[in-house]
Amino acid sequence: MSSLSREDVAHLAGLARIELSDAELDRMVGELSVILESVAKVQQAPTDGVAPMSHPMPLTNVTRPDVVRPSLGAEAALAGAPEAEMQRFSVPRILDED
Amino acid sequence: MTDLPTDLTRATAAALADALATKAVSSVEVTQAHLDRIAAVDGQVHAYLHVDAEGALAQARAIDERRGAGESLSALAGVPIAVKDVMTTKGLPTTCGSKILEGWIPPYDATVVTKLREAGLPIIGKTNMDEFAMGSSTEHSAYGPSRNPWDLERIPGGSGGGSSSVLASFQAPLATGTDTGGSIRQPAAVTATVGTKPTYGGVSRYGLVALASSLDQAGPCGRTVLDTALLHAVMGGHDPMDSTSIDAPVPPVVEAARAADVRGMRVGVVKELGGKGYQPGVRARFDESVALLEELGAEVVEVSCPNFDYALAAYYLILPSEASSNLAKFDAMRYGLRVLPDGVDDPSAEQVMAATRDAGFGPEVKRRIILGTYALSSGYYDAYYGSAQKVRALIAQDFANAYEQVDVLVSPTAPTTAFKLGDKLEDPMAMYLNDIATIPANLAGVPGMSIPSGLADEDGLPAGIQILAPATKDERLYSVGAALEAALVDRWGGPILDRAPELGGVAAAKGA
Amino acid sequence: MTAVATDAVMDYDEAMAKFDPVMGLEVHVELHTATKMFCGCPTGFGAEPNSQVCPVCLGLPGALPVVNEKAVESAMRIGLALNCEIAEWCRFARKNYFYPDMPKNFQTSQYDEPIAYGGYLDVELEDGSIYRVEIERAHMEEDTGKSLHIGGATGRIHGADHSLVDYNRAGIPLIEIVTKPMVGAGERAPEVAKAYVSALRDLLRALDVSDVKMEQGSMRCDANVSLRPKVGDPLSSEQLAVPLGTRTETKNVNSLRSVERAVRYEISRHAAILDAGGSVLQETRHWHEDTGITTSGRVKSDAEDYRYFPEPDLVPVAPTREMVEALRATLPEPPGQRRKRLQSDWGYSDLEMRDVMNAGAVELIEETVAAGASAGAAKKWWLGEPSRRANAEGQDIVTYAAALGFTPAHVAELDALVTSGRLNDSMARQVLDGVLAGEGTPTAVADARGLELVKDDGALEAAVDKVIETNPDVAAKIRDGKVQAAGALIGQVMKEMKGQADAGKARELILAKLQ
Repeated sequence: MSSLSREDVAHLAGLARIELSDAELDRMVGELSVILESVAKVQQAPTDGVAPMSHPMPLTNVTRPDVVRPSLGAEAALAGAPEAEMQRFSVPRILDED
Repeated sequence: MTDLPTDLTRATAAALADALATKAVSSVEVTQAHLDRIAAVDGQVHAYLHVDAEGALAQARAIDERRGAGESLSALAGVPIAVKDVMTTKGLPTTCGSKILEGWIPPYDATVVTKLREAGLPIIGKTNMDEFAMGSSTEHSAYGPSRNPWDLERIPGGSGGGSSSVLASFQAPLATGTDTGGSIRQPAAVTATVGTKPTYGGVSRYGLVALASSLDQAGPCGRTVLDTALLHAVMGGHDPMDSTSIDAPVPPVVEAARAADVRGMRVGVVKELGGKGYQPGVRARFDESVALLEELGAEVVEVSCPNFDYALAAYYLILPSEASSNLAKFDAMRYGLRVLPDGVDDPSAEQVMAATRDAGFGPEVKRRIILGTYALSSGYYDAYYGSAQKVRALIAQDFANAYEQVDVLVSPTAPTTAFKLGDKLEDPMAMYLNDIATIPANLAGVPGMSIPSGLADEDGLPAGIQILAPATKDERLYSVGAALEAALVDRWGGPILDRAPELGGVAAAKGA
Repeated sequence: MTAVATDAVMDYDEAMAKFDPVMGLEVHVELHTATKMFCGCPTGFGAEPNSQVCPVCLGLPGALPVVNEKAVESAMRIGLALNCEIAEWCRFARKNYFYPDMPKNFQTSQYDEPIAYGGYLDVELEDGSIYRVEIERAHMEEDTGKSLHIGGATGRIHGADHSLVDYNRAGIPLIEIVTKPMVGAGERAPEVAKAYVSALRDLLRALDVSDVKMEQGSMRCDANVSLRPKVGDPLSSEQLAVPLGTRTETKNVNSLRSVERAVRYEISRHAAILDAGGSVLQETRHWHEDTGITTSGRVKSDAEDYRYFPEPDLVPVAPTREMVEALRATLPEPPGQRRKRLQSDWGYSDLEMRDVMNAGAVELIEETVAAGASAGAAKKWWLGEPSRRANAEGQDIVTYAAALGFTPAHVAELDALVTSGRLNDSMARQVLDGVLAGEGTPTAVADARGLELVKDDGALEAAVDKVIETNPDVAAKIRDGKVQAAGALIGQVMKEMKGQADAGKARELILAKLQ
């Protein structure tokens, strides 16, 4: 239950888009297993019938009026871009069509 | 007006504010004194990632001019401040201690930073931190650790170890912090400074590079409770740019700090925080502080919060889960680092993302992202993330029950004094245990503060006491903190930081 | 075009003899709010690239979302108009996946707590029968940026060497409307799909929440199709008991015509696979409008794990019942009810009304009537030349007319020129040609072309006299009571008058002089 195989970690790293080296993978498998064993303790808590809590404060219905605010401007937006072209962010070729 | 020390860097923010208000000193003088101090000691401490001497002096000059023109200014106008590098600053680098953001200059200010600028606090620089605030020692900073001014071989706490070491080495009178599981309070405890994590939603999160959105809270750091309160009042308040911001005035923290009155208050000692794993010297200073509170007129009882035993586990599921999503935006497409994979001709966007995230994130960040990815993945969500959210509800309920009996809760802030650099770096779980006492407040959203409780007998290093209050009752922290601080300083015969060793080669003039 | 091996397809009728189709439609609608879903950036179409972005929609570190109040109201109004329940409490959720056009690498959406759920939309088919489409849910989310693919053939993603991303569309409010499986449509499944999307478009337009321009992407449709063996009538209990087959999701279906064609194509393709003993692969398919086929996209696999969790940066939405009822009061008349009312007001037969609906001209006629034309004239003019031309262009009449700048006011003006006696019918047709050619308003065109019925009775009388004189035989017949012979004389009078005479008046004069 709370142990991860090398393949599991490789799969998770893929989902998280991190290209781990073999050495990193080996190390991570051991570390994560120790951590997982510890955090699995949540499953022993008396949580029957308890509603999960996603937000620490019970606020609801926080909205803003549909009123335009100034945008950054293309120059500021693109200032940090690793590469830009034609006032757009230039990114490497994309494999999959979504 | 007040007895300002000859070395302006030894003055409290409150004293500087008074002296500035009466034009006894100028903001330029105060700012320059701190810049000189930085030049003298930060080579040893490494508290700053970026110092903006020119910008700070320009702000100082502007404040002096406005004051000269008779403008009425806010209480801290002209008092310089150090800003944790997790807060976006327009035109100033913001790295979060990560390689992946090296050189990034945000095009906008965090709301907290806007408030600091509006209140006229010159921003002197950006302070070091564990990468994306993941850590308790600053050893996870990609730019090298900060050092504890009490012992340069030891950690200054984390993630806000830059801010705590800035304060403890007199490189700024005030600093900002963020606290996701203790990142303001634990560094304060191990450096003998003060730090508050306000009620969740009390200070805007807009412009704070998110670690775990439902746990993160920005707060003030200072050397005294009053200084911290003054900064809290500037940082806090409703922000329409943050949906989770509380739409109410800042609690009366400054008034509470000035009144420093605990008479009649009911103080609960949390049974589950302070037993096994707590260093004897830390425990001893804590017990003395509790006794002092009783002497000051508080009523002390023991309360039990049984589900706190599950807090660490819940925290290390919720935090990585939210972090795995929050940190997905660092993908080499729009800003920050872009690394091409080795040995791949014509790499795809996917390959560049993966290579950049491997090269740009440190091991702790990768560990937590992968842990969070696992906890949220289909088939495991209920067992991990779902269970953790239920534990969170139990912990909130424990707090609610406790606050039916008492006005505030207290515990040691951290189980131990500052450990040596490198001691826990190879053992993530041991590092995580530093936060055991501070985490429950983040899970429940309640406010907490750490103030110095003294020096542990076994190593002579600072220990801290944590005060916790119900949500939105942040002023209670300051009532208790200020009263206890006054009694302790009285007992010590002066501020505890006067006992810190002088930094090598620097003849720092002690306060008058 | 990428070269793709053509899939085998089965003749549609044969497929329908063997299989029963089940559909599910997911429609994404961009709301036309002034600002984006979670930030104050403007939403205008066609702005300079990356000019409508801010730290929030660009996903910059530290930025936080705040929900657009109008978008939530629009979502609830859509839900109510679709007869849905409105959630008493719901949250946003993060859908986590990496894609360069998505700035945060998660989409802020709703997962298991949609704002609206459990509704229906009654859809009228061409023969006047009603198909009830059950609505599973309608939820709020945000759009992504747009990529230009550079270096490949004709801007396609495959073969491109890099892409250029514009985030102006990132964060535009989207409502996703998901149907329950649509069963029992049988061979009419493609027609039902088209009729549903068309009815939904009418409804959204009536709600004034979206531009609903499929060609601009402000309304997009994904069609899920599966087949199961046919064992009886589509609605028989035996048929409904047969488990659903494997479905495919066809994306990029961006016109009403394509909805019908894509569903039909997928049915034929699935049928061919199943009939040959194969099994359908659960995958995303891409619709190609030009070739009328679908091609394989991503295979849905376990790797697609979106790791949904409640969005911690946004607080729950908990509409009070008072808010819901206040919004319900703002709903326009349901299109079906409205149609019946208009038909009665206009005095159209069922057939006439259906023609108007099929032409998509209901709103145009309504506006034309409001501008003063008679219902009959409005129908005559809209369904005539403008409709014919729109069809020839493969466009709907609304888009076609809007592109030409041809408006209901123009039609009403044209009709007024006829009823006032300035133009006769054939002159009016010439004027219409001129207006459609962009020569100006009907009055301006009539003036420019010198089109006007001759009002001078003296000229008309002279022409009548001349014609009677030159056609004594015909005149004699009329004197003998053969009134129908007058037609021949009228024609000659009109010729004399070069068409600019009122034929009715000419007839009156002829008869008066010969009886």
